Amino acid sequence: MAKTLFYFIVFPGFLFTALVGLLVSWIDRKVTARVQWRVGPPILQPLYDFVKLLGKETIVPQAGSRLTFLLSPLLGLAAVTIVSTILWLAMASPEVTFLGDLIVVIYLLTIPSISVIIGGFASGNPLASLGASREMKMILAYELPFILAIFTPVIKAHGVIRLGELLRYQWGNGIFLSSWSGFIAFVVAIICMQAKLALVPFDIPEAETEIIAGPYIEYSGAPLAVYKLTRWMMLFVVPIFLVIMFMGGIVFSGWHILWGILKYVLLLVLIILIRNTNPRLRIDQAIKFFWGPMTILAVMGIILAFLGI
Amino acid sequence: MDLKTKALTKSIWVFHFASASCNNCDIEILDALTPKFDLERFGILLIGSIRHADAMLVTGAVSHKGAVRLKRLYEQAPKPCLVVAVGCCACSMSIFRDSYNMAGPVDRLIPVHAYIPGCPPKPEAIIMGVVKLIKALKKG
Repeated sequence: MAKTLFYFIVFPGFLFTALVGLLVSWIDRKVTARVQWRVGPPILQPLYDFVKLLGKETIVPQAGSRLTFLLSPLLGLAAVTIVSTILWLAMASPEVTFLGDLIVVIYLLTIPSISVIIGGFASGNPLASLGASREMKMILAYELPFILAIFTPVIKAHGVIRLGELLRYQWGNGIFLSSWSGFIAFVVAIICMQAKLALVPFDIPEAETEIIAGPYIEYSGAPLAVYKLTRWMMLFVVPIFLVIMFMGGIVFSGWHILWGILKYVLLLVLIILIRNTNPRLRIDQAIKFFWGPMTILAVMGIILAFLGI
Repeated sequence: MDLKTKALTKSIWVFHFASASCNNCDIEILDALTPKFDLERFGILLIGSIRHADAMLVTGAVSHKGAVRLKRLYEQAPKPCLVVAVGCCACSMSIFRDSYNMAGPVDRLIPVHAYIPGCPPKPEAIIMGVVKLIKALKKG
């Protein structure tokens, strides 16, 4: 029992993910600043932001629903914490994972978006409702190609839905990314991840220039801090999920740890560069993009995987 | 200085309120946020929602219609919220002193923590004003 609590609260659960999330969001802001030829914020900046938000007044709008408004941020935070715990335990000891944890992870990765939707609708603000409805459309759009892309490694590993066995299959037979079907699925998964993280080509739900901050518009103080933390943790957890699915995860022995971290950092920098070199799409363009080209690509990946390429 | 104040001085999110301004001060404020001056080095970000704001930059002499909105926005901001009057109009009304449609300088409507004079103030002057404000916060 104490061990389980330790896993969930300290390592690799909440505390570890939160600290790495703070660091990762600093990398995000620093690389963005360098791309724009600026100096960028100091390394402790996300921590200052977080502590400052905790110290501010929390305002609940009169038109909103008080309980839902205050509880929905915690929903997303809990989901990300559990996903992080499952993923890191799968990498640390592949034998102890349970059957179907892949499906659990895919479900739990949707919960942060759902918590944003609930929070947005509970705010009682028209712009927040608009942002929440856009977030809903985005989930409908990107979940289909994302799940199809995740099917490809499962098919290549002969129908295994256990993260530990997927990892051991890759350690034995080479990573999925090195095959054509794996590569196609990986490209689709990266673009869906960009939408999952609500980063720039697909930051339609919180489009700053149109609907200000979307679902977050009425949040202030501690609930806003929790939302920010959830987003930073997602920026850490979702790429790690892709590293596990396509790039063989992180092996906990000697130099392999550094190699694993390098894989993650490469993926992160790729996300940041996509984010900094693209304009924002409209919601209808995004849905057409995901249900059209992305779904077709993902299905092609699946067919290639069945053919064994 | 406690942790709360330290974190506040290191990460000030700015909400920009332009009331009947001629836009010169607004342009200079945006200049201060561009890559040349890069205020994100000090954790200063421009944000769109008053609920996220730690500081409110007010430009322009406040008109009767703007005064209602200004007071309402100040009430909606989560405290502590700092108010900075940017430009001569916001500080003292300058040439609009005797106009029939003006509700007065900003400090007659809401408490103001810092004044940055100039028509318009240079980005350097805006940054200096913010630095002085942060120093005053640190002293308590």
